Amino acid sequence: MSQFYAVLAALLCGMALIGLFQTEDLLRRILALNVLASAVFLLLVTVARSAEGIDPVPHVMVLTGIVVAVSTTAAALALVIRANEARRRHEDEP
Amino acid sequence: MSVLAWGFDMLLAAGLLWLAWQALFTQRRFSAVVNFMAFYLLMALVWVRLDAPDIALAEAAIGAGVTGALLLTALGRLPAGTSVGADPRRWQRPLQHLAMAGAGMGVIWLAWSAYHLPRPGLAGEVTATLDATGVSHAVTAVLLNLRAFDTLLEIVIMLAAVVLVWSLGPPLGPPLRAFAPATALPGLPALSHLLHPFFVLVPVYLLWRGTHAPGGAFPAGAVMGAGGVLLLLTEARPWEYLRHHRLLLHVLLAAGMALFLVVALGGMLLTGTFFAFPLFLAPTLIMAVEIATALSIALMLMAFYLYGEPGQ
Repeated sequence: MSQFYAVLAALLCGMALIGLFQTEDLLRRILALNVLASAVFLLLVTVARSAEGIDPVPHVMVLTGIVVAVSTTAAALALVIRANEARRRHEDEP
Repeated sequence: MSVLAWGFDMLLAAGLLWLAWQALFTQRRFSAVVNFMAFYLLMALVWVRLDAPDIALAEAAIGAGVTGALLLTALGRLPAGTSVGADPRRWQRPLQHLAMAGAGMGVIWLAWSAYHLPRPGLAGEVTATLDATGVSHAVTAVLLNLRAFDTLLEIVIMLAAVVLVWSLGPPLGPPLRAFAPATALPGLPALSHLLHPFFVLVPVYLLWRGTHAPGGAFPAGAVMGAGGVLLLLTEARPWEYLRHHRLLLHVLLAAGMALFLVVALGGMLLTGTFFAFPLFLAPTLIMAVEIATALSIALMLMAFYLYGEPGQ
Protein backbone atom coordinates (compact mmCIF):
# COMPACT_ATOMS: atom_id res chain seq x y z
CA MET A 1 0.00 0.00 0.00
CA SER A 2 2.81 2.42 0.79
CA GLN A 3 4.29 1.94 -2.69
CA PHE A 4 0.93 2.90 -4.12
CA TYR A 5 1.00 6.19 -2.21
CA ALA A 6 4.64 6.82 -3.18
CA VAL A 7 3.68 6.59 -6.85
CA LEU A 8 0.70 8.88 -6.21
CA ALA A 9 3.09 11.39 -4.61
CA ALA A 10 5.35 11.23 -7.67
CA LEU A 11 2.39 11.80 -10.03
CA LEU A 12 1.16 14.78 -7.97
CA CYS A 13 4.71 16.15 -7.92
CA GLY A 14 4.93 16.03 -11.72
CA MET A 15 1.51 17.58 -12.18
CA ALA A 16 2.40 20.42 -9.81
CA LEU A 17 5.74 21.07 -11.53
CA ILE A 18 4.13 21.18 -14.98
CA GLY A 19 1.40 23.47 -13.66
CA LEU A 20 4.05 25.68 -12.06
CA PHE A 21 6.01 26.10 -15.30
CA GLN A 22 3.04 26.30 -17.62
CA THR A 23 0.87 28.96 -15.99
CA GLU A 24 1.37 32.70 -16.20
CA ASP A 25 -1.00 33.50 -13.35
CA LEU A 26 0.80 34.17 -10.08
CA LEU A 27 -2.11 32.90 -7.94
CA ARG A 28 -2.06 29.63 -9.90
CA ARG A 29 1.66 29.37 -9.26
CA ILE A 30 1.07 29.62 -5.52
CA LEU A 31 -1.51 26.83 -5.81
CA ALA A 32 1.03 24.74 -7.75
CA LEU A 33 3.67 25.27 -5.08
CA ASN A 34 1.20 24.13 -2.42
CA VAL A 35 0.31 20.98 -4.37
CA LEU A 36 4.04 20.32 -4.78
CA ALA A 37 4.54 20.71 -1.02
CA SER A 38 1.68 18.27 -0.34
CA ALA A 39 3.24 15.74 -2.73
CA VAL A 40 6.59 15.96 -0.95
CA PHE A 41 4.87 15.56 2.43
CA LEU A 42 3.05 12.50 1.11
CA LEU A 43 6.35 10.97 0.02
CA LEU A 44 7.90 11.67 3.44
CA VAL A 45 5.03 10.09 5.36
CA THR A 46 5.04 7.10 3.03
CA VAL A 47 8.74 6.60 3.70
CA ALA A 48 8.04 6.80 7.44
CA ARG A 49 6.23 3.44 7.34
CA SER A 50 9.13 1.06 7.76
CA ALA A 51 9.33 -2.55 8.83
CA GLU A 52 10.05 -1.71 12.48
CA GLY A 53 6.96 0.48 12.89
CA ILE A 54 6.09 4.09 12.14
CA ASP A 55 8.96 6.54 12.28
CA PRO A 56 7.74 9.72 14.04
CA VAL A 57 10.56 11.96 12.76
CA PRO A 58 9.19 12.43 9.20
CA HIS A 59 5.74 13.03 10.74
CA VAL A 60 7.20 15.89 12.73
CA MET A 61 8.97 17.25 9.66
CA VAL A 62 5.67 17.24 7.76
CA LEU A 63 3.83 18.89 10.67
CA THR A 64 6.48 21.62 10.67
CA GLY A 65 6.36 21.80 6.89
CA ILE A 66 2.60 22.38 6.80
CA VAL A 67 2.97 25.42 9.04
CA VAL A 68 5.92 26.72 7.00
CA ALA A 69 3.89 26.17 3.80
CA VAL A 70 0.98 28.27 5.08
CA SER A 71 3.44 31.01 6.13
CA THR A 72 5.01 31.00 2.66
CA THR A 73 1.59 31.07 1.02
CA ALA A 74 0.49 34.04 3.12
CA ALA A 75 3.68 35.99 2.39
CA ALA A 76 3.50 35.24 -1.34
CA LEU A 77 -0.20 36.18 -1.53
CA ALA A 78 0.50 39.46 0.28
CA LEU A 79 3.26 40.26 -2.21
CA VAL A 80 0.99 39.42 -5.17
CA ILE A 81 -1.78 41.65 -3.82
CA ARG A 82 0.64 44.53 -3.25
CA ALA A 83 2.25 44.15 -6.66
CA ASN A 84 -1.15 44.14 -8.30
CA GLU A 85 -2.19 47.24 -6.35
CA ALA A 86 1.00 49.05 -7.35
CA ARG A 87 0.51 48.13 -11.01
CA ARG A 88 -3.09 49.35 -10.97
CA ARG A 89 -2.06 52.66 -9.41
CA HIS A 90 0.68 52.96 -12.02
CA GLU A 91 -1.79 52.40 -14.83
CA ASP A 92 -4.32 54.85 -13.35
CA GLU A 93 -1.99 57.85 -13.43
CA PRO A 94 -0.93 58.34 -17.04
CA MET B 1 -11.91 -5.81 4.26
CA SER B 2 -8.70 -5.54 2.27
CA VAL B 3 -10.71 -5.22 -0.96
CA LEU B 4 -12.69 -2.42 0.66
CA ALA B 5 -9.50 -0.67 1.83
CA TRP B 6 -7.96 -1.09 -1.60
CA GLY B 7 -11.02 0.41 -3.25
CA PHE B 8 -10.96 3.32 -0.82
CA ASP B 9 -7.29 3.97 -1.59
CA MET B 10 -7.99 3.91 -5.32
CA LEU B 11 -10.92 6.29 -4.90
CA LEU B 12 -8.81 8.66 -2.79
CA ALA B 13 -5.97 8.64 -5.31
CA ALA B 14 -8.30 9.25 -8.23
CA GLY B 15 -10.00 12.08 -6.35
CA LEU B 16 -6.69 13.69 -5.42
CA LEU B 17 -5.37 13.56 -8.98
CA TRP B 18 -8.60 14.92 -10.39
CA LEU B 19 -8.78 17.79 -7.85
CA ALA B 20 -5.12 18.68 -8.35
CA TRP B 21 -5.67 18.70 -12.11
CA GLN B 22 -8.69 20.98 -11.70
CA ALA B 23 -6.83 23.29 -9.32
CA LEU B 24 -3.86 23.63 -11.65
CA PHE B 25 -5.32 23.67 -15.14
CA THR B 26 -8.92 24.88 -15.00
CA GLN B 27 -9.66 28.26 -16.57
CA ARG B 28 -11.53 30.04 -13.80
CA ARG B 29 -9.54 31.09 -10.76
CA PHE B 30 -12.40 30.74 -8.32
CA SER B 31 -13.06 27.10 -9.19
CA ALA B 32 -9.32 26.47 -9.02
CA VAL B 33 -9.24 27.73 -5.43
CA VAL B 34 -12.33 25.74 -4.41
CA ASN B 35 -10.91 22.57 -5.97
CA PHE B 36 -7.68 23.21 -4.13
CA MET B 37 -9.49 23.43 -0.77
CA ALA B 38 -11.24 20.12 -1.51
CA PHE B 39 -7.82 18.69 -2.39
CA TYR B 40 -6.58 19.49 1.12
CA LEU B 41 -9.63 17.82 2.68
CA LEU B 42 -8.88 14.62 0.74
CA MET B 43 -5.24 14.94 1.80
CA ALA B 44 -6.42 14.86 5.42
CA LEU B 45 -8.13 11.53 4.67
CA VAL B 46 -4.89 10.24 3.12
CA TRP B 47 -3.02 11.12 6.32
CA VAL B 48 -5.54 9.09 8.30
CA ARG B 49 -4.99 6.15 5.92
CA LEU B 50 -1.22 6.44 6.42
CA ASP B 51 -1.55 6.37 10.25
CA ALA B 52 -0.61 10.01 10.72
CA PRO B 53 -3.52 11.46 12.74
CA ASP B 54 -1.43 14.43 13.99
CA ILE B 55 -0.85 15.56 10.42
CA ALA B 56 -4.48 14.93 9.48
CA LEU B 57 -5.69 17.23 12.27
CA ALA B 58 -3.25 20.00 11.33
CA GLU B 59 -3.93 19.62 7.60
CA ALA B 60 -7.70 19.81 7.99
CA ALA B 61 -7.47 23.02 10.04
CA ILE B 62 -4.54 24.75 8.35
CA GLY B 63 -4.71 23.44 4.78
CA ALA B 64 -8.42 23.42 4.10
CA GLY B 65 -9.37 26.09 6.65
CA VAL B 66 -6.77 28.82 6.92
CA THR B 67 -5.11 28.48 3.48
CA GLY B 68 -8.56 28.41 1.88
CA ALA B 69 -9.59 31.59 3.69
CA LEU B 70 -6.31 33.27 2.69
CA LEU B 71 -6.75 32.32 -0.96
CA LEU B 72 -10.40 33.37 -1.11
CA THR B 73 -9.60 36.76 0.43
CA ALA B 74 -6.74 37.25 -2.01
CA LEU B 75 -9.10 36.32 -4.83
CA GLY B 76 -11.52 39.02 -3.68
CA ARG B 77 -8.77 41.64 -3.77
CA LEU B 78 -7.32 40.74 -7.15
CA PRO B 79 -9.06 41.89 -10.33
CA ALA B 80 -11.21 39.14 -11.78
CA GLY B 81 -10.27 37.32 -14.94
CA THR B 82 -7.12 39.10 -16.02
CA SER B 83 -3.79 37.44 -15.48
CA VAL B 84 -1.54 39.10 -12.92
CA GLY B 85 2.18 38.97 -13.40
CA ALA B 86 4.49 36.84 -15.46
CA ASP B 87 4.33 37.39 -19.19
CA PRO B 88 7.04 35.25 -20.77
CA ARG B 89 9.04 36.67 -23.68
CA ARG B 90 9.30 34.84 -26.95
CA TRP B 91 12.84 33.56 -26.32
CA GLN B 92 11.71 32.18 -22.96
CA ARG B 93 9.19 29.80 -24.55
CA PRO B 94 11.70 27.04 -25.44
CA LEU B 95 13.09 27.28 -21.91
CA GLN B 96 9.58 26.86 -20.53
CA HIS B 97 8.97 23.75 -22.64
CA LEU B 98 12.39 22.42 -21.64
CA ALA B 99 11.53 22.90 -17.96
CA MET B 100 8.21 21.09 -18.44
CA ALA B 101 9.86 18.20 -20.27
CA GLY B 102 12.52 18.04 -17.56
CA ALA B 103 9.81 17.93 -14.90
CA GLY B 104 8.09 15.07 -16.74
CA MET B 105 11.31 13.07 -17.00
CA GLY B 106 12.17 13.80 -13.38
CA VAL B 107 8.78 12.51 -12.25
CA ILE B 108 9.14 9.22 -14.12
CA TRP B 109 12.49 8.77 -12.43
CA LEU B 110 11.03 9.80 -9.06
CA ALA B 111 8.18 7.30 -9.42
CA TRP B 112 10.67 4.57 -10.28
CA SER B 113 12.93 5.29 -7.31
CA ALA B 114 9.97 5.84 -4.96
CA TYR B 115 8.88 2.32 -5.83
CA HIS B 116 12.23 0.90 -4.72
CA LEU B 117 12.83 3.10 -1.68
CA PRO B 118 14.86 1.60 1.13
CA ARG B 119 13.14 2.00 4.49
CA PRO B 120 15.57 3.17 7.09
CA GLY B 121 13.97 4.74 10.14
CA LEU B 122 14.45 6.10 13.60
CA ALA B 123 11.35 4.43 15.02
CA GLY B 124 13.41 2.13 17.28
CA GLU B 125 15.67 4.90 18.56
CA VAL B 126 12.75 7.20 19.34
CA THR B 127 10.89 4.45 21.20
CA ALA B 128 14.02 3.67 23.19
CA THR B 129 14.48 7.29 24.33
CA LEU B 130 10.79 8.02 24.85
CA ASP B 131 11.03 7.47 28.63
CA ALA B 132 13.63 10.22 28.92
CA THR B 133 11.56 12.88 27.18
CA GLY B 134 8.80 13.52 29.71
CA VAL B 135 5.90 12.75 27.34
CA SER B 136 4.54 9.45 26.12
CA HIS B 137 3.45 10.39 22.58
CA ALA B 138 6.30 9.94 20.12
CA VAL B 139 5.40 12.84 17.79
CA THR B 140 5.16 15.33 20.65
CA ALA B 141 8.41 13.99 22.10
CA VAL B 142 10.26 14.55 18.81
CA LEU B 143 8.55 17.89 18.21
CA LEU B 144 9.21 19.51 21.57
CA ASN B 145 12.13 17.63 23.05
CA LEU B 146 14.29 15.57 20.71
CA ARG B 147 14.13 17.95 17.74
CA ALA B 148 12.93 21.07 19.55
CA PHE B 149 15.42 23.22 17.65
CA ASP B 150 13.56 22.56 14.37
CA THR B 151 10.31 23.60 15.99
CA LEU B 152 11.90 26.80 17.30
CA LEU B 153 13.17 27.65 13.81
CA GLU B 154 9.75 26.97 12.38
CA ILE B 155 8.13 29.43 14.81
CA VAL B 156 10.81 31.95 13.80
CA ILE B 157 9.96 31.44 10.10
CA MET B 158 6.30 32.00 10.84
CA LEU B 159 7.04 35.17 12.80
CA ALA B 160 9.27 36.38 9.96
CA ALA B 161 6.40 35.83 7.51
CA VAL B 162 4.08 37.88 9.76
CA VAL B 163 6.70 40.65 9.88
CA LEU B 164 7.03 40.54 6.09
CA VAL B 165 3.28 40.69 5.49
CA TRP B 166 2.81 43.50 8.02
CA SER B 167 5.81 45.49 6.86
CA LEU B 168 4.14 45.97 3.48
CA GLY B 169 1.85 48.56 5.05
CA PRO B 170 -1.60 48.85 6.58
CA PRO B 171 -4.35 46.49 5.44
CA LEU B 172 -5.28 47.23 1.85
CA GLY B 173 -8.52 48.10 0.24
CA PRO B 174 -11.79 48.50 2.07
CA PRO B 175 -11.55 47.67 5.77
CA LEU B 176 -12.40 44.13 6.72
CA ARG B 177 -15.75 45.26 8.07
CA ALA B 178 -17.04 45.86 4.55
CA PHE B 179 -16.56 42.19 3.79
CA ALA B 180 -18.45 41.01 6.87
CA PRO B 181 -21.60 39.42 5.54
CA ALA B 182 -23.44 40.03 8.82
CA THR B 183 -25.95 42.29 7.11
CA ALA B 184 -26.54 39.89 4.26
CA LEU B 185 -26.68 36.79 6.42
CA PRO B 186 -28.03 37.66 9.88
CA GLY B 187 -27.66 34.04 10.98
CA LEU B 188 -23.90 34.05 10.60
CA PRO B 189 -22.92 36.09 13.71
CA ALA B 190 -25.26 33.96 15.80
CA LEU B 191 -23.70 30.79 14.41
CA SER B 192 -20.21 32.09 15.13
CA HIS B 193 -21.26 32.97 18.72
CA LEU B 194 -22.61 29.46 19.05
CA LEU B 195 -19.48 27.85 17.60
CA HIS B 196 -16.94 29.98 19.42
CA PRO B 197 -16.95 28.01 22.71
CA PHE B 198 -16.02 24.94 20.66
CA PHE B 199 -13.14 26.82 19.06
CA VAL B 200 -11.80 27.35 22.58
CA LEU B 201 -12.74 23.96 23.99
CA VAL B 202 -11.28 21.87 21.16
CA PRO B 203 -7.78 23.45 21.30
CA VAL B 204 -7.66 23.02 25.08
CA TYR B 205 -8.60 19.36 24.68
CA LEU B 206 -6.03 18.88 21.91
CA LEU B 207 -3.32 20.52 24.03
CA TRP B 208 -4.06 18.28 26.99
CA ARG B 209 -4.18 15.22 24.74
CA GLY B 210 -0.89 16.08 23.05
CA THR B 211 1.26 14.63 25.83
CA HIS B 212 -0.01 11.08 25.39
CA ALA B 213 -1.92 10.84 22.09
CA PRO B 214 -2.26 12.58 18.72
CA GLY B 215 -2.91 16.27 19.29
CA GLY B 216 -0.66 18.96 20.68
CA ALA B 217 0.30 22.52 19.90
CA PHE B 218 0.04 22.50 16.12
CA PRO B 219 -3.50 21.20 15.66
CA ALA B 220 -4.60 23.24 18.70
CA GLY B 221 -3.12 26.45 17.31
CA ALA B 222 -4.56 25.72 13.89
CA VAL B 223 -8.09 25.15 15.19
CA MET B 224 -7.89 28.28 17.34
CA GLY B 225 -6.58 30.30 14.39
CA ALA B 226 -9.37 29.04 12.14
CA GLY B 227 -11.89 30.07 14.80
CA GLY B 228 -10.26 33.49 14.95
CA VAL B 229 -10.53 33.90 11.19
CA LEU B 230 -14.21 33.00 11.38
CA LEU B 231 -14.66 35.61 14.09
CA LEU B 232 -12.88 38.22 11.95
CA LEU B 233 -15.16 37.33 9.04
CA THR B 234 -18.46 37.47 10.85
CA GLU B 235 -17.96 40.49 13.10
CA ALA B 236 -16.04 43.73 12.99
CA ARG B 237 -15.44 43.82 16.75
CA PRO B 238 -12.29 41.64 17.01
CA TRP B 239 -10.69 43.79 14.33
CA GLU B 240 -11.25 46.89 16.49
CA TYR B 241 -10.08 44.96 19.48
CA LEU B 242 -6.79 44.13 17.77
CA ARG B 243 -6.34 47.78 16.86
CA HIS B 244 -6.65 48.91 20.49
CA HIS B 245 -4.30 46.30 21.89
CA ARG B 246 -1.30 46.51 19.62
CA LEU B 247 1.27 46.01 22.34
CA LEU B 248 -0.52 42.97 23.74
CA LEU B 249 -0.86 41.60 20.22
CA HIS B 250 2.86 41.97 19.57
CA VAL B 251 3.74 40.32 22.87
CA LEU B 252 1.42 37.38 22.22
CA LEU B 253 2.69 36.95 18.66
CA ALA B 254 6.22 36.59 19.97
CA ALA B 255 5.27 34.64 23.12
CA GLY B 256 5.81 31.19 21.64
CA MET B 257 9.26 31.99 20.35
CA ALA B 258 10.27 33.88 23.50
CA LEU B 259 9.24 31.11 25.88
CA PHE B 260 10.91 28.53 23.65
CA LEU B 261 14.17 30.49 23.77
CA VAL B 262 13.95 31.02 27.54
CA VAL B 263 13.43 27.27 28.06
CA ALA B 264 16.32 26.46 25.76
CA LEU B 265 18.68 28.87 27.51
CA GLY B 266 17.45 27.74 30.94
CA GLY B 267 18.21 24.18 29.92
CA MET B 268 21.70 25.30 28.97
CA LEU B 269 22.19 26.88 32.42
CA LEU B 270 20.88 23.81 34.27
CA THR B 271 22.41 20.97 32.26
CA GLY B 272 25.02 22.60 30.05
CA THR B 273 23.35 21.66 26.75
CA PHE B 274 21.15 23.87 24.60
CA PHE B 275 17.57 22.53 24.73
CA ALA B 276 18.27 19.83 27.33
CA PHE B 277 15.59 19.72 30.04
CA PRO B 278 16.03 17.90 33.33
CA LEU B 279 13.60 14.98 33.29
CA PHE B 280 11.59 16.01 36.38
CA LEU B 281 10.87 19.42 34.82
CA ALA B 282 10.27 18.20 31.28
CA PRO B 283 6.48 17.58 31.37
CA THR B 284 5.76 21.01 32.88
CA LEU B 285 8.11 22.82 30.54
CA ILE B 286 6.78 21.03 27.45
CA MET B 287 3.20 21.86 28.46
CA ALA B 288 4.09 25.55 28.98
CA VAL B 289 5.89 25.75 25.65
CA GLU B 290 2.97 24.01 23.94
CA ILE B 291 0.43 26.48 25.33
CA ALA B 292 2.51 29.50 24.32
CA THR B 293 3.25 28.05 20.89
CA ALA B 294 -0.40 27.23 20.24
CA LEU B 295 -1.45 30.78 21.18
CA SER B 296 1.23 32.28 18.96
CA ILE B 297 0.36 30.02 16.03
CA ALA B 298 -3.32 30.90 16.34
CA LEU B 299 -2.59 34.63 16.41
CA MET B 300 -0.08 34.42 13.57
CA LEU B 301 -2.62 32.61 11.38
CA MET B 302 -5.10 35.39 12.13
CA ALA B 303 -2.41 37.97 11.45
CA PHE B 304 -1.78 36.51 7.99
CA TYR B 305 -5.42 36.80 7.21
CA LEU B 306 -5.45 40.57 7.79
CA TYR B 307 -2.83 41.15 5.04
CA GLY B 308 -1.43 44.13 6.93
CA GLU B 309 -0.82 45.45 10.40
CA PRO B 310 -3.99 46.58 12.16
CA GLY B 311 -4.05 50.02 13.70
CA GLN B 312 -1.62 51.75 11.39
